[in-house]
Amino acid sequence: MAARGCGGVWRRAWQRGAGGPGPGPGPGPSPRGQRAVACNAKGGEVPAGKSGLAPWIPVVGLEIHAQISSNSKLFSGSQVQFAAPPNSLVSFFDASLPGTLPVLNRRCVEAAVMTGLALNCSINKKSLFDRKHYFYADLPAGYQITQQRVPIAVNGSLSYNLCIDNKMSQMVTKTVRIKQIQLEQDSGKSLHDDTRSQTLVDLNRAGVGLMEVVMEPDMCCGEEAAAAVRELQLILQTIGSSQAVMAEGQLRVDANVSVHHPGEPYGVRTEVKNINSIRFLAKAVDYEIQRQIEELENGGTILNETRAFDSKLGCTVPMRDKEGKQDYRFMPEPNLPPLILYDTKSLPANMNHQQVINIDWIYERLPDLPSVKREKLVEQYGILPEHSFTLLNEDGLAEFFESVVKQTQMKPKKVIGWVLNDLLSYLKQQSLTVKESPVSSFLLADLLNLLEKKEISSSAAKQVLAELWKGEGKTPLEIVKEQKLELLQDQKELEQICQAVIDGQENE
Amino acid sequence: QKVSVEVLDHLEHLALVDFRDSEGVERLQKAIQFADQLHEVNTDAVEPMDSVLEDRCLYLREDDVTEGNCTKDLLENAREKVEEYFVAPPGNIPLPKLEERDTFLQG
Repeated sequence: MAARGCGGVWRRAWQRGAGGPGPGPGPGPSPRGQRAVACNAKGGEVPAGKSGLAPWIPVVGLEIHAQISSNSKLFSGSQVQFAAPPNSLVSFFDASLPGTLPVLNRRCVEAAVMTGLALNCSINKKSLFDRKHYFYADLPAGYQITQQRVPIAVNGSLSYNLCIDNKMSQMVTKTVRIKQIQLEQDSGKSLHDDTRSQTLVDLNRAGVGLMEVVMEPDMCCGEEAAAAVRELQLILQTIGSSQAVMAEGQLRVDANVSVHHPGEPYGVRTEVKNINSIRFLAKAVDYEIQRQIEELENGGTILNETRAFDSKLGCTVPMRDKEGKQDYRFMPEPNLPPLILYDTKSLPANMNHQQVINIDWIYERLPDLPSVKREKLVEQYGILPEHSFTLLNEDGLAEFFESVVKQTQMKPKKVIGWVLNDLLSYLKQQSLTVKESPVSSFLLADLLNLLEKKEISSSAAKQVLAELWKGEGKTPLEIVKEQKLELLQDQKELEQICQAVIDGQENE
Repeated sequence: QKVSVEVLDHLEHLALVDFRDSEGVERLQKAIQFADQLHEVNTDAVEPMDSVLEDRCLYLREDDVTEGNCTKDLLENAREKVEEYFVAPPGNIPLPKLEERDTFLQG
């Protein structure tokens, strides 16, 4: 669902000294539940709080790592797959055995170009690979191959939608600038065994291709960050460059948060990691903003540190094992010459097709992005923008809706109510996906046809839907007959019934 | 211009190299001197070169699964393993601070 916009005021959600929790570990703040987070629609300036202190402007930037949807890894031919026996999807290169070399996967480059184009970026026709050095058990080479100097795409933008004041009918569009997109390797996975004081390392994920999408600090609260990431997720899934399932680690978000007073320079920022869902992203960002404001208003300072989000406690905590500022000693990756991309104008005449990536060719084959799909739905079916928003927000719902429309005479504007209010709420109640719906588009269309032909009333239709939901294989017509829900059309029969009722009354 | 003790200590932490003695440091100094000769060349308005392979195309591989499935081979060299996992210490063990370790750099 569209994120609620920031239209209120930053207020201290709890009282200091009244036993309320301060910053740091502890139960989440707001005694009234949902914290009223805000920066207003104008972009950040927040009115003075009750206490009369100067207002705060929160600043939020995001670094998002999306796993590329490909068969094999970025620089080697081992398979990309979630949940396989440990160390079974690992080549000698992935394990950093001596004498192995990186070989770039064409599909990963195409995925990055598609993503860059979908985010309105300039694609760098020449980009370079670098080594970023640091030691960790899940990084066998001691360095990660990334693109630090010249990434594959730069200077893009992402538009996303927010509702103002909880009203879906008042949606506002915001934009966040994309600084760059770079190709890089994923690291392996560490499983911490605290009882035996050791770490178990699985390199299945080591070397999987990642696209790092760096967003400029144009956001000002958790809801904006969540909405931007949700839209990015939908875009990636639509173009197919990443499946972007956060629960499987295919989309990881780090948030950079700081606060400052209007007119003053940006404050010290902290980096928040370990955010596993879009919901937690909003919470983590809002908590961190609140924590920093509290800290500064109490005369403290903010450390330029990395913090982890503890979802159980609902707060951010300093991360152990981060020794001050890291020196990554970036150097060019000597085993990879520059990556050259072409467009139709610069296409070389005598090169092997398989060795050439044509940006224009990829652009022409991009499918409709979510924003375009939404507009088309509104135009084609006369539904409201917020309807199309919800349709695209649930996997498969738009296709379901269109399928019903095709099979029924009922107008799309009426069908949408049944799909969004009735079907969707049943799905949500039982945590089912559209694919798992016991009521197919065919059955729903069948039911709506009965309603449209006035053979049943609207309330009867709801009853039938409830019965259909049980998935017992009955058709709408069968249920109508079983429960005697037909609308009576016969005038005489109606008169008889009314008369009987009146007679019954007179006898009392 | 000599390399300072701070930089040497920093390098030992970052790269986990051990300069061991004055001879090791002298070798580093000589290497830096050798590379510094590059400053004698005027490179104004010249794009730096990353690799002598610059005019070669970066080879693009097809997205096929051609490797992996060699768990046994990979684990063969591991000193410690647990059920096909590599075993590592619970976290990074950084080099102790200069004051706390026995190195000639202190001299």
